Amino acid sequence: MTPSTPVPLPAPNRLDLLAAMLRIRAYEEKIVAFHAAGPFPNVCTSVGQEAAAVGVVSALRAEDQILTNHRSAGHLLARGAEPGRMLAEVMGRSTGYCQGRSGTLHISVKELGVVLTSTIVGGELSLAPGVALSRAMLGGEGIVVCFFGDGAACEGIFHESLNLASVWNLPVLYVCENNQWQAFVHRKETMVGDHVAPWAAPYGIDSLTVDGNDVEAVRKAALHAAAQVRETRRPFLLEAWTYRQRGHMEPHDQSYVDPAELEAWMAKDPIARLEARLLEAGELTTDGLEALHAQARQAIEEAAAFAAASPYPDPADLATGVYA
Amino acid sequence: MTQMIQMTFHDAVEAALHEEMARDSRVLMFGEGTATKRKGLLKAFGPQRVRNTPLAEGIIAGTAAGAAATGLRPVVDLLFAPFLCFAMDELVNSAGKLRYMSGGQFSFPMVALAMTGGGWSVGAQHNHNLEAWFVHAPGLQVVMPATPADAKGLMKAAIRDENPVLFFMDIGLAFAPGEVPEADEVVPLGKAAIRREGSDVTLISYAKTVHTCLAAAEALAAEGVSAEVVDLRTLKPLDEATILASVRKTGRAVLVHEASRLCGVGAEVAALIAEQAFEALKAPIVRLTGPDAPAPSSYPLEQAFAPQADAIAAAARQLVARTLEAAPIW
Repeated sequence: MTPSTPVPLPAPNRLDLLAAMLRIRAYEEKIVAFHAAGPFPNVCTSVGQEAAAVGVVSALRAEDQILTNHRSAGHLLARGAEPGRMLAEVMGRSTGYCQGRSGTLHISVKELGVVLTSTIVGGELSLAPGVALSRAMLGGEGIVVCFFGDGAACEGIFHESLNLASVWNLPVLYVCENNQWQAFVHRKETMVGDHVAPWAAPYGIDSLTVDGNDVEAVRKAALHAAAQVRETRRPFLLEAWTYRQRGHMEPHDQSYVDPAELEAWMAKDPIARLEARLLEAGELTTDGLEALHAQARQAIEEAAAFAAASPYPDPADLATGVYA
Repeated sequence: MTQMIQMTFHDAVEAALHEEMARDSRVLMFGEGTATKRKGLLKAFGPQRVRNTPLAEGIIAGTAAGAAATGLRPVVDLLFAPFLCFAMDELVNSAGKLRYMSGGQFSFPMVALAMTGGGWSVGAQHNHNLEAWFVHAPGLQVVMPATPADAKGLMKAAIRDENPVLFFMDIGLAFAPGEVPEADEVVPLGKAAIRREGSDVTLISYAKTVHTCLAAAEALAAEGVSAEVVDLRTLKPLDEATILASVRKTGRAVLVHEASRLCGVGAEVAALIAEQAFEALKAPIVRLTGPDAPAPSSYPLEQAFAPQADAIAAAARQLVARTLEAAPIW
């Protein structure tokens, strides 16, 4: 594993990284609160994985494209998606990014370069080489980032995807968020070895494993990985070693989780770690921190209000837009 | 007048690919042995646009879907229809659904090519007429032509269409020659063809069994029974107007395909006729199809799998006789 020695970034950037993570946490906590309050669509939250999302997405450029999966809120919010339109999508409203037809699981936002979201585990891996092929053939400097998990790495399509991206020299940055859980099963039960990164080498693909709960380390590793892809126009695999702090989906259930493991990972919470670092460095006061939290919560409250006030799609449009 | 040239089904598809790739630089083709077998395309358009792939249907179809969503217009060769089982997620869940699921942000202009049907004794893991599976999947379109001219014209239409198209080639027709227009003629998706006009009974089919129906119609004509033969050409979108108009005219329908009967295309067409042209029917709708069995390899069995001309003629004869001699059963 790469040592997670933080590379000092200019102070505003460290605060920006924190603010971005707080926004994601506030968003996910709002969804948890919605669930506590009554029936609400099932959602797979990314609580605990905020550093992986923010660290990677902060290293990307506007022209880059992202493919993501069912645990996508962090990637979308880090990329600048409006939480109101995301929550509207989750709640099936017509103001959602996909007009309420995606729900939480398949949100894509073309204008932000979040091009395709498949929630079939491994689906994003099947689509990524084609998006990168378009980049390669139609020109443009951008790279394609594909977020997936350790569960998807155990799908055959992971291996097909890496092989093809390698033999065709496609600019794909594969980002595996190894969150230790494959739906309701710990990866120790179902996966050989602890890490996915070593699986890249047989395909001639360079890789790096990073402490996925250290946003600065992730950002540094992602800058390196993205630079490699930009320069070589070849794939690279970055593994973020992280932890899913909640159950597979809401409503939340962790009865199958080893409490000791959970406790150990909660102590490595990515947000708390950066906060401690910033407080210690004197870049943030406790008042300032509280203000950042309040700001994030406020933005999500406004987003939730927007979503809740948004209309449902017209049932008359149920079967429109299936075909071009 | 359009110049016609003799060409096999296979060459007609190749001609369409050639013309469309020349017409639109976004069109590319990849698949299992594509660059190896399609030397003409490779020579004309180079290795960027004509590519070999691993024998991995999932990633071939997924790559096509990803490329289609972001600006290219891929045609992929998945070889034999049963291999599509390895590409179901990419074709059905991604290419078929993600336009709708993204609220129309993305389109998937792509063509997936596969062969099926009896003729080469390749057995059930290379020969399985599973076209109806894709008819059932939202967002996908399905074509299965019966003539080289349609193979060319429908391939051109499929490539130009903004939606994903499953293009099935009947193995039994692959090297059958036919007249093909030399000009840039597109056969629109969703339009059936009347292959033979008739007034007593409508034989509705697609792909190889259209020719079986034509042979049956010829035999029936000798007995004074006038059979109309409708070639569906496109299975989705289905040309409902042509089907209904023909059945309203003849009052009798025989549905014929090599694919097995249960939930097949014939079932859908029969339901359509029953729902919308019931009052015109003079006799029950009849289906002649392959059995609910894997396609055998043994040549005589493989040939017997698909409906035969004498059975089609017998069915038509029975329908006509029944309504001449007796009142409808209902």
